[in-house]
Amino acid sequence: MAQDGAGLRGKPLVFLERQSYRRRRVIDAARVLPFIGLLLWLLPLLWREEGAAAVRSSSAIVFLFGTWFALVGAAAVLSWKLAAQAREPGGAGPGGMGE
Amino acid sequence: MTMLNTLVAVCSLYALFLFAIAFAADRAAMRGQARWLRSPLVYTLSLSIYCSAWTFYGAVGSAVRTGFEYLAIYLGPSLVLMGWWWILRKLVRIGRTQRLTSVADLISSRYGKSNLLAVGVTILAVVGTTPYIALQLQSVTLSFEVFGVGDIVSGQESGHTALWVAAGLALFTVIFGTRNLDANERHNGVVMAIAVEAVVKLAALLTVGIFVVWGLLGGVSGALERIDASELGQWRINGGRWTGMIVLSGAAFLCLPRIFQVLVVENDNETHLRTASWAFPLYLGLMSLFVVPIAVTGLELLPAGSNPDLFVLTVPLSQGRDGLAVLSFLGGFSSATSMVIVAAIALSTMVSNHVVMPLFLRFAKRGAKVSGDVRHVVLLARRLSIVGVVMLGYLYYRLSGGGAALSSIGEVSFAGVAQVLPAMLGGIFWRGGSRVGALAGLTLGFGCWGYTLFLPSFGAGVFVPDSWMVAGPFGIAWLRPQALFGIEGMDPLLHTVVWSLTLNAGGFVLASLASFPRPLERLQGAQFVNVFDHSTGPPRWSGKVAQTEDLMIMAQRILGARDAQALFEHEARRQATGGTLPAPTPDFLERLERELAGSVGAATAHAMVGQIVGGMSVSVEDLMAVADETAQLMEYSARLEAQSQELARTAAKLREANSKLTRLSVQKDAFLSQISHELRTPMTSIRAFSEILRDADGLTPQEHGKYASIIHDEAIRLTRLLDDLLDLSVLENGQVNLNLRPGLLSDVLDRAVAAAAADEHGARVRIWRDPRAEEVMLNTDLDRLSQVFINLVANTRKYCDAARPRLDIRVRPGATVVIDFIDNGAGLSAEAQDVIFEKFSRVSDQKAGGAGLGLAICRQIMTRLGGEVSYLSGQGGTAFRVVVPARYAVAAQ
Repeated sequence: MAQDGAGLRGKPLVFLERQSYRRRRVIDAARVLPFIGLLLWLLPLLWREEGAAAVRSSSAIVFLFGTWFALVGAAAVLSWKLAAQAREPGGAGPGGMGE
Repeated sequence: MTMLNTLVAVCSLYALFLFAIAFAADRAAMRGQARWLRSPLVYTLSLSIYCSAWTFYGAVGSAVRTGFEYLAIYLGPSLVLMGWWWILRKLVRIGRTQRLTSVADLISSRYGKSNLLAVGVTILAVVGTTPYIALQLQSVTLSFEVFGVGDIVSGQESGHTALWVAAGLALFTVIFGTRNLDANERHNGVVMAIAVEAVVKLAALLTVGIFVVWGLLGGVSGALERIDASELGQWRINGGRWTGMIVLSGAAFLCLPRIFQVLVVENDNETHLRTASWAFPLYLGLMSLFVVPIAVTGLELLPAGSNPDLFVLTVPLSQGRDGLAVLSFLGGFSSATSMVIVAAIALSTMVSNHVVMPLFLRFAKRGAKVSGDVRHVVLLARRLSIVGVVMLGYLYYRLSGGGAALSSIGEVSFAGVAQVLPAMLGGIFWRGGSRVGALAGLTLGFGCWGYTLFLPSFGAGVFVPDSWMVAGPFGIAWLRPQALFGIEGMDPLLHTVVWSLTLNAGGFVLASLASFPRPLERLQGAQFVNVFDHSTGPPRWSGKVAQTEDLMIMAQRILGARDAQALFEHEARRQATGGTLPAPTPDFLERLERELAGSVGAATAHAMVGQIVGGMSVSVEDLMAVADETAQLMEYSARLEAQSQELARTAAKLREANSKLTRLSVQKDAFLSQISHELRTPMTSIRAFSEILRDADGLTPQEHGKYASIIHDEAIRLTRLLDDLLDLSVLENGQVNLNLRPGLLSDVLDRAVAAAAADEHGARVRIWRDPRAEEVMLNTDLDRLSQVFINLVANTRKYCDAARPRLDIRVRPGATVVIDFIDNGAGLSAEAQDVIFEKFSRVSDQKAGGAGLGLAICRQIMTRLGGEVSYLSGQGGTAFRVVVPARYAVAAQ
């Protein structure tokens, strides 16, 4: 209702909508992240284990820890964005807990 | 032995250091300087109790035995934390709003504050955690032995190290874990101590790792080459176990009592979770980063047969790096102690709240109303529980012989506590989950786990006979503990996880679907599932004023006199009652119950308040009020919709009324113009001829007579018109007096036909009648009825366009007499049928004999007589039907 009111006055609605739209997408990203992680970490199930073509442990280490720290980085960025949004006026409340 | 003495000294110093830190943190918190104690960093570090000695020592051992599988138990929790928005966020919010004290409290509170469930989960947690505590004792003991005996091969215990360690841990936990009663309050000292321990174990493992990679393996590239060249050189995992362990560790992370303690109970700011969502996976990544290099180095440097679980210690020792080894030892010691401390606190809270307190309340003579502080009872219960839990762990350690590999003991424990998962997730996401369902699921899962994994883990023949393992109990092959339903060849752990969680979840869902929850369950279910929609729920106690004093006495015993009085005074001020005791409003009782729940758990608090106040009334209104926001919105929008429909209906009515008014106005205008026209025509001729008579000279007497008779005729016409108008107006206003008298219909018709024939305009009409049917006695206004008949017959005369006009008058006698007037003319068009009864409507202009008021008057008369006159279509000519009651009923007026 309040947003409709803002809409009557012109620009603010566009701004607010865009802001809350971004917030929702950041939350979506936070939701998707664990599934990306799971997908990446289930990939080793497909690796060849026998013979000369078997995946070497060094590659496995690089892959697993590489994805691990990349996911940590992504989670950190999302956490920072959520925190920034929570601080904004009209943000999602303490800790971006609201939906 | 000097090494051992040094180690004991270091250990004691370290323990003292932890005591000092815990003490300082508690002091700082009491002085209100605890801001830094409550930073997200400390929160994240406290989560690291997930990494117990199992992960500190056992990861390397696991890597040697099964390759990269050890990683899976870090990946699961990492995923859970990265996906905090799904589950953890909700768990933490629920924990804070419901003031939960443990996992058992969560389950019990969700399913209608059922103490039975709380006891069940408590037992499950104790049984599931005991092996884990044993594991910590074992690892500390083993690491002591490494230094003491110098025999790094056997790792056999030679003294009472484990007992001493257990006693020391119990002491620390008792001192810092039970300083205050409110389990929901932060144990600042303990949290700070385990945060420091988290740093110590990470630093220790990283230091050893860095020493191994850069000191022994020649840098990163060298290390990777050496790894490829070693026994672990090729990627090999058991796919089922890899997936199973990721799932199991994630599940266990949610359900482990100690994790729940630091994750939910000790949490005092939801935003900390946001930081932990990336910081804790990072911590886990760092903890596991150097495991493989250490394992490879151990395999290369140490003699075959060395215990790989101790490589973290023995590798530095073998290189003469005693300092590094001591640091590593401290890391392992930290891992073990922090885990045991938090686990003991969590379990003791459960045991005292869900087992001891209910028993005490039942057997104490006067129940909750006894005066005097019961806090000492609760505290004593907690302290005894802590000692009991730690000693149980010790007992398991002695019983199981300390022989099994570290990681497999941990797995047993994980699979046990994971049984809480279906009830937990079902509880916070599905309102349909019921107490019966949770009980069924937990029982099935717990039973399956105990039978297939826990009891066999003591070793063949201890609890489960050898013959059962091979051939099944009583020779029933499909009940073999490690091949249920005849599915053989599965890894025992995977076998248990799959079967127990399947049976558990299946039982939970089916029993939930089949059962009907009690009102309190439904209330709590709605509050848990929709925790983000309404953070305060509406449970309704209904108390009497006289009970406030009892409540006060009880609250003092649990919260302490000062806190309880403060709470009551605050409430009294809020209610503005004037005294110190507030009225026991539902709101206040709810708050009081939550406060008590923080100390003794939801189920006990509920029972205590219930003892004093009496039954809790959960009314239909409460249930309706809990209807989630969506339902409220739906209700609101339904109301709006109803209103708008009503508005639409009103608008339609207004439009209708408006158009009717417009029509009436048009009709009135038409009537006025009609009437002026009708009056004007005769007036014009009267005026013209009278002017001729007055002004013209020399008129013949013939002309005179002619003009005068025209004037006379027009005057008669005018009079008739005015008579008709007057007649109609009188009829319409209902002012007419009826002259009721009995008479024969045939007489009335005779008169009408005769009168119509007297008016010799129009052609002669042959009239057919049925004299026998006309012998009907009527009691009505015969003159008025005859007026109607005259009008109808005259109309036929005037308008019937047949060559030989004929009028058929048919009569159907009865209580209401029906008289039809049917001629053989052309009939009326459909449009004409609609309007002929209106005033001034004439079928055709060419024979404008009347003013067009006749039929309108007929209709008015018939309405007055309680009958009607209508046009009868489909008779081959113009036909009118007159319906008249044989006896005029006064009611018809």
